[in-house]
Amino acid sequence: MAITLELAINAIIAGLLLGGFYAAVTVGVTISFGMLDIVNIAHPAFIMLGSFVAYTLNSMFGLDPVLIGVAMAPLFFLLGMAVYQVYYYAFERRGEESIQGLAFFFGLLFVGEVGLILVFGVDYRFVEAPYIGSSLHFGFVDLPLRMLIPFVVSLLMVALLQLSFGRSFIGRAILAVSQDRLALQLMAANPTRIKRIAFGISIATASVAGALLIIIQPVEPSIGRDYIGRIFAICVLGGMTSFPGMVAGAMLIGVVESLTATFYGPSWAPAVAFGFLLLTLAARPAGILGR
Amino acid sequence: MSTGKFWIVSFAAAAALLLLTRWQIQNEYFYFAAYVVLQYVVLATAWNILGGYTGYTNFGTAAFFAFGAYTAVVLHKLTSVPVPAMILAAGAVSGLLGFGMGYLTLRLKGVFFAIATLALAIVAQTLIVNWDYVGGSRGIYIIRPQQAPLFGGYIEYLYSLMLLLSWLSVALARTIERSRLGLGLAAIRDDEQAAEASGVPTLRLKLVATTLSGALMGMAGAPLPYYVTYLDPTSSFNLSYAVNAVAMPLIGGMTSWIGPLIGAVLLGTIQQVATVTISSALNLLIVGLLLIGFVIVAPNGIVGLVQARRRSGRRRWRSR
Repeated sequence: MAITLELAINAIIAGLLLGGFYAAVTVGVTISFGMLDIVNIAHPAFIMLGSFVAYTLNSMFGLDPVLIGVAMAPLFFLLGMAVYQVYYYAFERRGEESIQGLAFFFGLLFVGEVGLILVFGVDYRFVEAPYIGSSLHFGFVDLPLRMLIPFVVSLLMVALLQLSFGRSFIGRAILAVSQDRLALQLMAANPTRIKRIAFGISIATASVAGALLIIIQPVEPSIGRDYIGRIFAICVLGGMTSFPGMVAGAMLIGVVESLTATFYGPSWAPAVAFGFLLLTLAARPAGILGR
Repeated sequence: MSTGKFWIVSFAAAAALLLLTRWQIQNEYFYFAAYVVLQYVVLATAWNILGGYTGYTNFGTAAFFAFGAYTAVVLHKLTSVPVPAMILAAGAVSGLLGFGMGYLTLRLKGVFFAIATLALAIVAQTLIVNWDYVGGSRGIYIIRPQQAPLFGGYIEYLYSLMLLLSWLSVALARTIERSRLGLGLAAIRDDEQAAEASGVPTLRLKLVATTLSGALMGMAGAPLPYYVTYLDPTSSFNLSYAVNAVAMPLIGGMTSWIGPLIGAVLLGTIQQVATVTISSALNLLIVGLLLIGFVIVAPNGIVGLVQARRRSGRRRWRSR
């Protein structure tokens, strides 16, 4: 295939759009893994749950998927708080967070996937919305709305989180938990309560991310797994705790994946993100913007 | 029991089991089911060398396992070597993979290692999907030889090999556990910095553990193409291998060689029965739920439960 400039520019723009969406997928893990030190590898399972909730409500009532994702976020928030409660009593309080805690989330990932397969089967599901299928054209640049809308919604969500974490009491307390747990306790705030709320928020973002995912592509329960490495790659690349760093990492992975898919074929794209992760872990565990 | 004695006694036990089953059981389905259970004995024991003894969680079992299987596929296409030779070659390839993986990531915290292994599984799967020689994403058909090298059918032959491999891995795991190497690994698990400070060569020991663990997983995968006769990336890299390899030692108990053995036999048998009597999707759900339940209620597994009971019994006796 001849490498033309137009093709390359389109691939880069598609990658940026994809990266914007990856930010929505990763923001929850940046909170749970980066800030709270909870290795929630089950996050993709919650995203899949979000996708299938969006699918169910969309096919039953014809509601807009983005609207469903936002409306369901409070329920996901409660679910996240409940999961954290179990995690806290079973592992954190006993000080057995390492292998057992990891295995707990791994089991959760697996149960989530198998549970969705039992309910929905392994067929690909998709949502209906007026903007899916149409796109904007600027010269030779194509902007499919199917990608553009998730991009915008995702960046809005991240920006909202960034603003509220910097300004509100709870947000600052969450940042404080990630920096020094003991000091927070000395300021008479309860770290467990703060972590519960933060974990709830991280799962709430999965509701929106799931809805965005099913706008971008048809979904079946086991594709969530493809996102594990990608999410953690982006989180590590972005330096774990910072939202802007995470967005930069997401864009980077999105562009590299998109270029690989365009010039080498889509079947190689997944390996790129994971290769990136392995190399980052080996060479620069603190991330591209890390300290 | 000394290590040498254990090798002999366990070999005698394995040989007796082999002879007894081959003599008494004619039903071919038994061998199909028992092969899978034994395969999990090897996988769980191999996982435990790194996960249980050293404290590093490997979620990439499927990658090592499938690399073993695909090594056998390549050898099958190129040559006509017997299955035992394929098992050895698969062990070498997956052991090398384990070494490379460990070299890249073992200097990191445990959590990063776990995530990197998940990523490794996907990279490895992408490689196989794009490699047309071994069938790519379409998969490949393997035709079994007409005659089994020993008496009996081919599936009985594979069963015998897997039983031998189980014996080898269990005996090896117990040897490691009681050796200097095992002590070093346990020191790493309990406090890596303290171990390093007291002169334990942590990186080298961890590399030995990943290599051995990877090699055994690869060996468990080598007979798979002949067992299923059709191999494709989606099934050979299936997440359920990783889940089982983690769940079995956790449920059995991670600090001793017998834990993974108990866990694998128990969970493996439950799954085989559930597949036949209920459904194959539901049996995976059972594994996941058991894993979650056990890590919450009994974080040290069945072995841990038994030990705790014995200890409290002794205490009661002493206080009398």
